[in-house]
Amino acid sequence: MTDAPTQNDGVLDDDMVDAGPDTLPLDAWHRARGARMVEFAGYHMPIQYEGIMPEHHWVRAHAGLFDVSHMGQLLLSADDGHAGLDEAIEALVPADVKGLALGKMRYSLLLAENGGILDDLMLSRWPGGIYMVVNGATKYDDLAHLREHLPDEITINHLDDRALLALQGPEAFAALSRHVTGEWPLDVLGFMTGGRFEICGVDAFITRSGYTGEDGFEISIPADAAEAVADALCGEPEVKPIGLGARDSLRLEADLPLYGHDLDEETTPIAASLGFALSKRRREEGGFPGYERIMLERAQGAILKRVGLIVEGRQPVREGAPVLDGEGSEVGRVTSGGFSPTLQKPIAMAYVPTAQAVPGTAITLEQRGKLFTGIVTAMPFVPHRYHRKGA
Amino acid sequence: MAQTYFSKDHEWIVVEGDSATVGITDYAQAQLGDIVFAEVPPAGTALEKGKEAAVVESVKAASDVYAPVTGTVTEANAALEADPALVNTSPEQDGWFFKLTLSDPSELDGLMDEAAYKAFVESL
Repeated sequence: MTDAPTQNDGVLDDDMVDAGPDTLPLDAWHRARGARMVEFAGYHMPIQYEGIMPEHHWVRAHAGLFDVSHMGQLLLSADDGHAGLDEAIEALVPADVKGLALGKMRYSLLLAENGGILDDLMLSRWPGGIYMVVNGATKYDDLAHLREHLPDEITINHLDDRALLALQGPEAFAALSRHVTGEWPLDVLGFMTGGRFEICGVDAFITRSGYTGEDGFEISIPADAAEAVADALCGEPEVKPIGLGARDSLRLEADLPLYGHDLDEETTPIAASLGFALSKRRREEGGFPGYERIMLERAQGAILKRVGLIVEGRQPVREGAPVLDGEGSEVGRVTSGGFSPTLQKPIAMAYVPTAQAVPGTAITLEQRGKLFTGIVTAMPFVPHRYHRKGA
Repeated sequence: MAQTYFSKDHEWIVVEGDSATVGITDYAQAQLGDIVFAEVPPAGTALEKGKEAAVVESVKAASDVYAPVTGTVTEANAALEADPALVNTSPEQDGWFFKLTLSDPSELDGLMDEAAYKAFVESL
């Protein structure tokens, strides 16, 4: 859910910044810490502070603070209680919303009628309804889609007065726990659960989740408290601020797709290798957009499938590079590609014909007239280290 | 006596007679971040001023390096293949990209000297 440009024309031509992006609550904070700012999802955002490589390694070893306030935070509620709300949301996503207990969180997909992916998102059960975190670049389209398709009894509250910070890494818990108070201790949270806490004197909704493959937290706070919270967390010895560049390399290593790149309206959950987002009850009962097509693809395979590739050699193969068959015809495409700081090898996500989507298969890629070989590799490239609690 | 010139594309070129060594400046490497791959043109490659000569890749992005002058490559820096980070650690010494024979030494007139380049970077 982050990104930055992949190709510059010339060593330093900076075509990343267009006129008119908005500023986020921590804009001045990032600049004061030496961040290099770029435009992303319509906002000025920090791509790096000291450098993508050291920031990436810092998160895998310690803890990093990411400003993800560009993402859309929505609270969906219904006057008549949860039943109507859950049913209404289930008509748009393949998740088991009814089975989502208070404080639980689930990954899901906003689906178009043809089963294409409109966005990927997180759902959490709050006392007041369903809290949804959606991608920054798609949030206004998502809001329009929800307003059009949800019944009038459902209230959609865009929490645009809130900031969202992510604290990620093996030392995230230690650093965050020094600043959090609440009805329960922070360690009641296991991976994909959340609850209300207090941090730096303000109300926070904290989930144990993230976009790096590491243990970590996402912290929703009032926007006007963002600087105080960011200062407090970065005052801890384990924590450094981390930019979008490392967020992208971390998520790529962790098999976490990026909407608008690895996922779009042309991809379906099965093609995107996101079958886990189709809950068992929903697969059996149906009632979500694209149900017939998605179940057919689940049984027979989609034409293309998202896989991970380790690229031979040292040169990264970037987004947009075609996947070629034996005759040199384009049969797929790289959707994310970069250099893995952890593996010290180029890695990529690509859509390849399903028959070739088998670990060990050699895939031919082309970039700037040069051929590369990518070996299909089981993802994640770097093992997840989530803090899972026993079921 | 060797003379150093700089281009607006942040390449440096050290000229001695009709041969020259080319690399990218310290400012350029700092902006690019950690270099993970560099592809330099092999000996014999004919380069044209202002056209793509080499590619450097950081974690995030690929960037072209342009030829600051027209000429024929006489040697590529083989050390960059094993250790592309030389571009970061020693951009203006060990991290050189290639050497070439100048076709038209008068092209150097359009480049900057060190003082002019320093002023140019400060204006960015």
